[in-house]
Amino acid sequence: MAECHPIGFRWVMKAKARGATIIHVDPRYTRTSAVADLHAPIRAGSDIAFLGGIVRYIIENERYFRAYVVPYTNASTILREDYRDTEDLDGLFSGYAEGTYDPTSWQYQGVDLVPPAGQKDAASDLEGRAGDNLARGTNDERDLSLEHPRCVFQVLRRHFARYTPEMVETTCGIPAADFLRIAEAMCAASGREKTGAICYAVGWTQHSVGVQYIRTAAIIQLLLGNMGRPGGGIMALRGHASIQGSTDIPTLFDLLPGYLPMPTVQHAPDLATYLRAHRSDSAWWSEMPKYVVSLLKAWFGEAATAANDYLFDTLPKLSGDHSHMATIALMADAQVRGYLVIGENPVVGTVGGPLQRKGMAKLDWLVVRDFAPTETAEFWRVSPEIARGEIATTDIGTEVFFFPAATHTEKDGSFTNTQRLLQWHHRAVAPPGDARSDLWFAYHLGRRLKTRYAASTLPRDAALRALTWDYPTHGASHEPSAEAVLREINGYTVETGVAVDGFTDLAADGTTASGCWIYSGAYAGGVNQAARRKPAREQTWVAPDWGWAWPANRRLLYNRASADPAGVPWSERKKYVWWDAAAAKWTGADVPDFIVDRPPTYRPPAGARGLATIAGDNPFIMQADGRGWLFAPSGIVDGPLPTHYEPQESTTANPLYAQQCNPARLQWRRRDNPYHAAYADRRFPYLLTTFRLTEHHTAGGMSRWLPWLSELQPELFCEVSPELAAERGLANGGWATLRSARAEIACRVLVTRRIRPLLIAGAVMHQIAVPYHWGGIGRVTGDVVNDLFPLVGDPSVHIPESKVITCDVVPGRRVRAPHGAVSPQAPPHDLPRVGQRTAEPPQVTPSPNVKEKAKA
Amino acid sequence: MIDPQTMGFLTDATLCIGCKACEVACKQWNELADDGYALTGMSYDNTAALGASTWRHVAFVEQPIPAVDTRLLGYDGRAGGGRIAWKMLSDVCKHCARAGCLEACPTGAITRTETGSVYIQPDVCNGCGYCVPACPFGVVARREDDGRAYKCTLCYDRQQGGLEPACAKACPTDSIEFGPVERLRAKAAARVTELRARGVAVQLYGEDAAAQPGTGGLHAFFLLNDEPEVFNLPPAPVVPTMGVGRSWLAAAAGAVAISALAVGAVLLGRGRSR
Repeated sequence: MAECHPIGFRWVMKAKARGATIIHVDPRYTRTSAVADLHAPIRAGSDIAFLGGIVRYIIENERYFRAYVVPYTNASTILREDYRDTEDLDGLFSGYAEGTYDPTSWQYQGVDLVPPAGQKDAASDLEGRAGDNLARGTNDERDLSLEHPRCVFQVLRRHFARYTPEMVETTCGIPAADFLRIAEAMCAASGREKTGAICYAVGWTQHSVGVQYIRTAAIIQLLLGNMGRPGGGIMALRGHASIQGSTDIPTLFDLLPGYLPMPTVQHAPDLATYLRAHRSDSAWWSEMPKYVVSLLKAWFGEAATAANDYLFDTLPKLSGDHSHMATIALMADAQVRGYLVIGENPVVGTVGGPLQRKGMAKLDWLVVRDFAPTETAEFWRVSPEIARGEIATTDIGTEVFFFPAATHTEKDGSFTNTQRLLQWHHRAVAPPGDARSDLWFAYHLGRRLKTRYAASTLPRDAALRALTWDYPTHGASHEPSAEAVLREINGYTVETGVAVDGFTDLAADGTTASGCWIYSGAYAGGVNQAARRKPAREQTWVAPDWGWAWPANRRLLYNRASADPAGVPWSERKKYVWWDAAAAKWTGADVPDFIVDRPPTYRPPAGARGLATIAGDNPFIMQADGRGWLFAPSGIVDGPLPTHYEPQESTTANPLYAQQCNPARLQWRRRDNPYHAAYADRRFPYLLTTFRLTEHHTAGGMSRWLPWLSELQPELFCEVSPELAAERGLANGGWATLRSARAEIACRVLVTRRIRPLLIAGAVMHQIAVPYHWGGIGRVTGDVVNDLFPLVGDPSVHIPESKVITCDVVPGRRVRAPHGAVSPQAPPHDLPRVGQRTAEPPQVTPSPNVKEKAKA
Repeated sequence: MIDPQTMGFLTDATLCIGCKACEVACKQWNELADDGYALTGMSYDNTAALGASTWRHVAFVEQPIPAVDTRLLGYDGRAGGGRIAWKMLSDVCKHCARAGCLEACPTGAITRTETGSVYIQPDVCNGCGYCVPACPFGVVARREDDGRAYKCTLCYDRQQGGLEPACAKACPTDSIEFGPVERLRAKAAARVTELRARGVAVQLYGEDAAAQPGTGGLHAFFLLNDEPEVFNLPPAPVVPTMGVGRSWLAAAAGAVAISALAVGAVLLGRGRSR
């Protein structure tokens, strides 16, 4: 965290000064470890074994916060009789067939389907069968003693029973004594008087069981009573500014704004079917129709009416996996014609670089918008394949457009951070030259498309023609008003045009419009709430008047859980939100995350629907049963409980199950995406993991062009232990070549005790750690580390497994050079001058000296 | 006694996370060039030292830990490996109470400002370079292109605008703190007491004239979690001009002695020739 989030780490240092214990678990000893109280080096890819060990420790030593766990989680819920655990089926859950799971047997006893909030394709097969079961998620059977053999608590206990400290030691490389100190430290920092937080950077999610890593952390925090309470929670430290915002108002293929599911071909012939499939009949997700209709009204305005289903039918429908990796694979098969890359450098930043470049060479057109030229924009000029003479620029027919982008200081807009906090930024200077904001690009592209298709009568153009696209513009460049966009996202009453105050004002009858229901309230009162900057000294410690947090300016989600079932704070020290009996409402330091006048004693009457199903002691109001899910009956496609699986490529067999890897993981078995043997591949004896440096920003487009950052970390390097250096003859400051079946790269060597060999299953295992910031374009250049990685991913969210593979390392700069080419030299630092490169096609010679070509 | 307006830095190694924001903020504000793009192989330190274009420099010290420290996780004897500590410190011009560079400067280019900082006026500096060896810390350096000497200005221009120096402003963990030296001394003393109570071995470096008589005390002083040498700081620096008085006395004595010898030799010679 100190390494990648130094600004946020300010608060960790403040906590440390106040006596907090900082524990750092990471394969490497980093700048975070340097100031942590404890550092535990872990084998990359073994985190569920480690976290599962903590779950077991909490349960077996009865360290869970029982007064919290029994009422607030689904620990007491009884599962169906036909559920079978990975303990029963040697690594598989019941319902498995041919790479996918049918989650029917994972449901609660007596309930057909417990729908997840914000469900995606997880339970899509169930959508069709769910029918009109109006009691979904509420008629569950419970055993408050937690002793029923099929209650979640006992299932959880059995599931993790073998995750002992000894198993953690042999699986993760963390000695049992050290593991026990960590587990005890976490338990000691939890309870009525204390809370503990888990912070992770998104490398944690980049595994073929990535979602389950986070699920295990959630189980720990629920057992310890650390959710919905100040100082608790799980903080996802995002990889860029406003990546949280880009999932809220998503750039993801399977989501609509506000975590509404993208309609699918199978289950969305009309709005009613879509809503019936995805809404819950209980708790807050029963409100979903209001958000969907308001979204359609925001998009289509007057054209959206109840009679035409609010133009729901014009939305694209998913017909399959359209995630990044799936699209790349299709691209390589020449099935994709155009590619719009905005503020991203996938050739460097994501896995399978060779496959990506192969795909881009088969496009008709490629559009890249960025501050500076990137490896993605320049793939036709500078790439390992061109350097090796395998492909020539003249062989690439793709038409490439590069648009210079404005930086955040050159445009108005908002950032949404990991705490869901929207903070507005104002334009400080005008962008130079032709650089424009992304908003400008999207607006004017849409405007031109609307003009072009204005006269079209084709049904497929109906959405474009109906789209409201009337944002005011200003200035010579006709920059659209970012505040007007925020206002539309916030929502308004259709008849009056007045901004609504929050999502509770939204309706399902077409009288309101809102571009993203969870952001509703960000423009409450017609005021840009995100632009508020009241200093800390002028408000309470929760700082509700600094920026604006979704939902409803709540700084802490599920904060009803900060009080006990009777509505009394768990302790004076951790007092946050509580029931004020005299005033008959919830009150406290934050906006209560509960129906504000619902007393703790409220119990839903028989046959209750919607919000009426939320009992007065159900803090997790988004879940259909109002409880925190230790066991996830739906919403996750690869199992209701996290299970240790080895990565796609590992040095060791799965110590717990015959099932080696996540059986539901996404794979692309094709010749241009080869995988190593699942474990003990003699060609690739070491584990490789990647990381980020403070000095650079992800794929380098924002940092490798800056001299002040480039000089601080000028070259690609790998970190190896002195032991591995001795084993392979690597010298500090010298060169090494790293190999996988996909690619090989050259880099410098840092021999350091900050990375150390681990004992895994009784044998010494070496890990190699490499920062991934470099590529062939920029002031400082280097090989692309992600070229080493294959396409393989998590089935729930389609994220690549980009944090662990097996590899080999040899001394020297021995990149194989087919076709007689020499090792790639450093590409030029600058672009050819405009006007010099269009006269004739660049000469292509076997020489990799691109500078010469550029001059030609 | 120190003037209440004397401003300086307290740089606390125990709070440094090595992010180098100070280096970048300094270069950006002062419009300094990069030092070139070369990997040193010395941990994460690629700017290597303070110089004409690097006025803040973060040292990265990787060091094995003695096995007695049971608060740290260790693997000795299990799978090879070893334990490590990683210490970081942002170095800077110390703005010595008695500044060797200032005293060596023959043109008056180096002055002491109203806030007690030591400032090189670039329009007066003639590039003679006398200040370079006069600094016991190796802080001052000449630029190769124009030959003039450069170093940290304690952001004299920002201070005039009521702003704190760029490095202190950028430091996310408050490892670098700017303020009146008197206040910083009090704060540092309290911090040392607090850390020692927690069992952390720390020491101050150059906090006043008593602690570092060779410089008269530093306006930019340090809180270290190891010996000064670990961070490439001299344990007992002495500005060379400190010895000027003695040098003159010695020179005078020498001159007297030589004169006496010469006179004596002449007299002796005369006596013999007779």
